[in-house]
Amino acid sequence: MEATSRSFKDNARHALVDPDLQQALARMKAGFVVNRAAAVARLPEFDKLRDEARAIKDHTLEHLDFYLERFERQVTAAGGHVHWCRTADEARQAILAICRSVDAKTVTKGKSMIGEEIAINDYLEANGITAVETDLGEYIIQLRHEPPSHIIAPAIHVTKKQVADSFYATHRTLDAGRKLDEPRALVDEARAMLRQSYLDADVGITGANFLIAETGSTVIVTNEGNGDLTQTLPKIHIVTASLEKIVPTLEDASTILRVLARSATGQEFSAYTTFSTGPRRAGDLDGPGEFHVVLLDNGRSALLGTELQDILRCIRCGACMNHCPVYGAVGGHAYGWVYPGPMGAVLTPTLIGVEEASDLPNASTFCGRCEEVCPMRIPLPKLMRHYRERAFDRGLMPPLPRLALALWAFLAKRPLFYRWTVGLGVRLLALAGSRRGRFRRLPFAGGWTRHRDMPAPQGKTFQQRWDEAGGAR
Amino acid sequence: MSDARDQILATIRRARGGNGDAAFHAVAEQRLQLKARGTIPKRVDRGPAALVDLFVEQALTLSATVDRVASPDAVPAAVAEYLARENLPATLRAAPSPEIEAIPWRDRPALTVTFGRSDGHDEVGLTPAFAAVAETGTLMLRSGPDHPTTLNFLPDTHVVVLRASRIVGPYEEGWAMLRAAGAMPRAVNFVSGPSRTADIEQTIQLGAHGPRRLHIVLIEDGDAR
Repeated sequence: MEATSRSFKDNARHALVDPDLQQALARMKAGFVVNRAAAVARLPEFDKLRDEARAIKDHTLEHLDFYLERFERQVTAAGGHVHWCRTADEARQAILAICRSVDAKTVTKGKSMIGEEIAINDYLEANGITAVETDLGEYIIQLRHEPPSHIIAPAIHVTKKQVADSFYATHRTLDAGRKLDEPRALVDEARAMLRQSYLDADVGITGANFLIAETGSTVIVTNEGNGDLTQTLPKIHIVTASLEKIVPTLEDASTILRVLARSATGQEFSAYTTFSTGPRRAGDLDGPGEFHVVLLDNGRSALLGTELQDILRCIRCGACMNHCPVYGAVGGHAYGWVYPGPMGAVLTPTLIGVEEASDLPNASTFCGRCEEVCPMRIPLPKLMRHYRERAFDRGLMPPLPRLALALWAFLAKRPLFYRWTVGLGVRLLALAGSRRGRFRRLPFAGGWTRHRDMPAPQGKTFQQRWDEAGGAR
Repeated sequence: MSDARDQILATIRRARGGNGDAAFHAVAEQRLQLKARGTIPKRVDRGPAALVDLFVEQALTLSATVDRVASPDAVPAAVAEYLARENLPATLRAAPSPEIEAIPWRDRPALTVTFGRSDGHDEVGLTPAFAAVAETGTLMLRSGPDHPTTLNFLPDTHVVVLRASRIVGPYEEGWAMLRAAGAMPRAVNFVSGPSRTADIEQTIQLGAHGPRRLHIVLIEDGDAR
């Protein structure tokens, strides 16, 4: 998809005044946040499991080449194929070639962020193959020609009325007189429409939450059952996965699974967790005849050994965005590409370049909630700060903030001069604001004071008061 | 694509620096052999009978229904009554497994039982369970000639026949049983309650694409391991 991350500020401005979106975001806070907290409270071992989950991924990344080669060997031994792809384009070509090998007309898809990252639907459509999303949320946004706004709840920004409108507009068999005003009716309508797609599809494409080196298995975690129908019924099952999804053993996957669903939806375990190993076996009555894993790098291997390696632990649970005040205010579309929220603010500049996405690492109050809830203990604020620095170094910051920062740096490096200047500034501000006790407007800070008042200082700096109170006594 | 493979692996090795020797790989190899377990939640630290109770309790919170029966002989009556109660047709598409075939279905002539995969036209599917995980009320289903995967997902109602002696505490015990039973099957399906979605305004609806109902017939075979 075309990235609009460059216009983050405009996107955010529109999002803030979109009443449907604001309503949806309020619902998200009441749902995901509360449910996660309850699930965590029910598992006293949760934090210990987070430590172990982090250690598993750190170990795996340290030995990534070993585990990837073992995974490939096991997939091959089970009768499957692994396709190594450096770029999104190589992955698209690999998938198209597999589809063409059976002259595929239609493809069903389970939800996959890699599918979004490589924009596979558009590519298949351009090559005459119909791609049908089967996850209800993905199906809705496909009908609306929109990208997902959340990595686990892609249509979280859509109201039920809007869903009904999309169904009336696109489902030819749907009687316009039929009422679709309740979620139950909408789910049943989508279920009936998609049922035939599963049975008709030539190829099923899913993502993967994990790849298991020990067994060559791919793992999907879903609630709807669409991923399982997608991968069981067609002739071919293609798994799209980025290479950091790998873990060594079934036990390692089990440990991480204990923190995944709890962090994502607040469930203890998702309805369906499926481990797939190769194609249909001799004697099997169903299952795909071919099993392909499209293993995507797309810049990830270059992160190894750098400060950004930690983001490769991400298991795409969405907890960081569910708890982010910025995501909670503007939603996912404002971020302008596939991955929103704090993990997106780190991953997007990594994957499409800091030039395209320099606003995203700034879309944070650095409150630290994302890191606090991250099941893999990824230091997201630190990684965002890394990109802020990189954007500054590359001169991507507008001149005024740049000048202000340079000025501040000049002062900060000269403590005595800093104290004197700040002391003077605070006295002047206190004098100017003494009548009202606050400022409605401040020069150079119009953006800030447009939405709130600035309290007037009381005449002394923090350091002065600190000294008076006895300081570091 | 072998170029791509070589280049990706080379990038990974370069990032790591010098540590690519045999001793370094031995650490990873050993980890694969050891299959060490992480922390197992204390909630499963209990005897076999209490694990069965925990499984039932957890399955019920996931909106599954559970019927406890004394022996395989009691299964046909229990299934027939469940179907009648739910206003479902007395027609089952069942997994062709010895365990399911050995159930005396003829005791209930009104029940029609056929064996095989589902083509999408079956209202009720019936399968065995390889094992079940008490920790989260999760069924562990293993694909094979005796258990077509389509039965787990296509019918509106999924009835699972589970022996109490197959209930374990954590997932890791399930893996141990699976390894002891032979090679990794094509599919291992962990099933926790019926299909569900919250994609429309965050309200939970059962029966998104998979079964609307998950009914577990638990045979209390008392064969505690």
